[in-house]
Amino acid sequence: MSSLPRLEVEDVSVAYANGHLALSDASFQLGGGTICALVGINGSGKSTLFKSIMGFVQPKAGSVKINGQPVRAALKQHLVAYVPQAEEVDWQFPVSVWDVAMMGRYGAMNFLRIPRAVDKAKVEESLRRVSMWDYKDRQIGELSGGQKKRVFLARALAQGGRVILLDEPFTGVDVKTEEAIIVLLRELRRDGCIILVSTHNLGSVPEFCDQVVLINKTVLAYGATSDVFTEQNLSAAFGGVLRQFQFEHSTIQEHDGRTIRLLTDDERPLVFGKDGHLEYKDRQEHEELLRKRSEEHE
Amino acid sequence: MNEFLEPFQYAFVRDALLVGTVVAAMCAVLSCFLILKGWSLMGDAVSHAVLPGIVLAYIAGIPLAIGAFVAGLFCAVSTGFIKQNSRIKEDTVMGVVFTGLFAFGLVLFSRTESDMHLDHILVGNILGIRHSQIWQTLALGGVVLGVTLALRRDLLLICFDPAQARVMALPDKFLNYLLLSLLSLAIVVSLQAVGIILVVAMLVTPGSIAHLWTDRFDRMLGIAVAAATGSTLTGIVISYHIGASTGACIVLVQTLLFVVSLAFAPKHGILRRRAVA
Repeated sequence: MSSLPRLEVEDVSVAYANGHLALSDASFQLGGGTICALVGINGSGKSTLFKSIMGFVQPKAGSVKINGQPVRAALKQHLVAYVPQAEEVDWQFPVSVWDVAMMGRYGAMNFLRIPRAVDKAKVEESLRRVSMWDYKDRQIGELSGGQKKRVFLARALAQGGRVILLDEPFTGVDVKTEEAIIVLLRELRRDGCIILVSTHNLGSVPEFCDQVVLINKTVLAYGATSDVFTEQNLSAAFGGVLRQFQFEHSTIQEHDGRTIRLLTDDERPLVFGKDGHLEYKDRQEHEELLRKRSEEHE
Repeated sequence: MNEFLEPFQYAFVRDALLVGTVVAAMCAVLSCFLILKGWSLMGDAVSHAVLPGIVLAYIAGIPLAIGAFVAGLFCAVSTGFIKQNSRIKEDTVMGVVFTGLFAFGLVLFSRTESDMHLDHILVGNILGIRHSQIWQTLALGGVVLGVTLALRRDLLLICFDPAQARVMALPDKFLNYLLLSLLSLAIVVSLQAVGIILVVAMLVTPGSIAHLWTDRFDRMLGIAVAAATGSTLTGIVISYHIGASTGACIVLVQTLLFVVSLAFAPKHGILRRRAVA
């Protein structure tokens, strides 16, 4: 198993040609084995931050380092993989599931890109891992929303990326697939990958992300989800953009103090009770996590 | 039957068939990339923009192909530059740049004494091709075809997902310019056969036909080449019999093939789509 990756974003400022300052003095660090949510409103610099981690934009100041190296060196080692937003892909394109996953191997092949046995084995393993092997000969447009996501996830796996960037992975995906993707991301976390997820879907963040980076033109806060993903911080990050509902008396059980607050930006709502997030599909795992954390503290 | 075979006894017809096949195959392969990348208009633009290059090369006494190649690249690169440094959208910039260059070429042409015929440049003169040109066409056509096919996977990747190419540290900018250079070169090579105006059809239609027939890229290349060479051979023979412009006959056959595919292609044809829906 390769060593754990590190991602360091240090005082990064990015300005575009028209003078627009998209990001200023953004800093955070992530170590291997984490699923980290990147949360912020549209135009907060989420995609700019992604672009600077992928080396598409050059920071005006500051630096992004992966395993202590500049991004360019990390890209040459194929350490960074990304899963595009569904809207960015031309689904009519005449490529099959197999072809897309194989694209993850191009960096490792010679310049004619003729797959070797090791490339084929890697692609098969990746497709099996996301349960898409049975669909390997399908044209990508003939897949459901969740299957489409999984194909690109398989490409990232085939590439062997250690820092995996996902852009809005749950848009246009049903709840069942969302859960399947989350299971897969947890496996990757166990393998030591850094998984950075840009998302609008606030409700699912506490469920599967152990860390959160809140951004609005700069990094407002980052760290463990339970510390950072608070009502106060979110209100600061989103300003008045979030819908808020307050229910003074609800059907919530007695121990929750009968008061809940609902924050949503048009996707799954995030529900706060007296002691933090209320809604977990997998409560047991969450409580176990909390227990482990408190043990670590002691 | 004999009457149908009659043209094949003439050397100039056989030359035309040979050159036509190579040009058709080369353009067909490139067309698959262009239509998938959304560069159909780029073929149109570059093909018109080569005219001033040809005239200037003639005046300077250098090979016309070099002038055309430089002018074609100039059109593509200046389009990119203006788009990045203004608020005007790319297709608009392209429309302004290539019509401007074409007009400049026309003015230059009418002010230059030469033995060139404007209609040969505009619609080609494949039946009148000279021996020296045959070799030039075959050699350059072979190079374009060879390079495109050898690098087809990389070129496909920058059409499909340029971000993935960058993230794996593949030279995406180089590949973009390479595709552009291959396009310019292909246009130069095709000029003699089909001319500036009709080369656009050669660079768009075969790929579109193939895209209607298959969901696999390698098959798409094969179908595009088959459609293009088939219509070129048919077009040349028809033009001999009815005495019409060869370039136009080739394109017309190709267009008919497109219409038939649009209606009857097994999965993506209109009739099939209706039946499924």
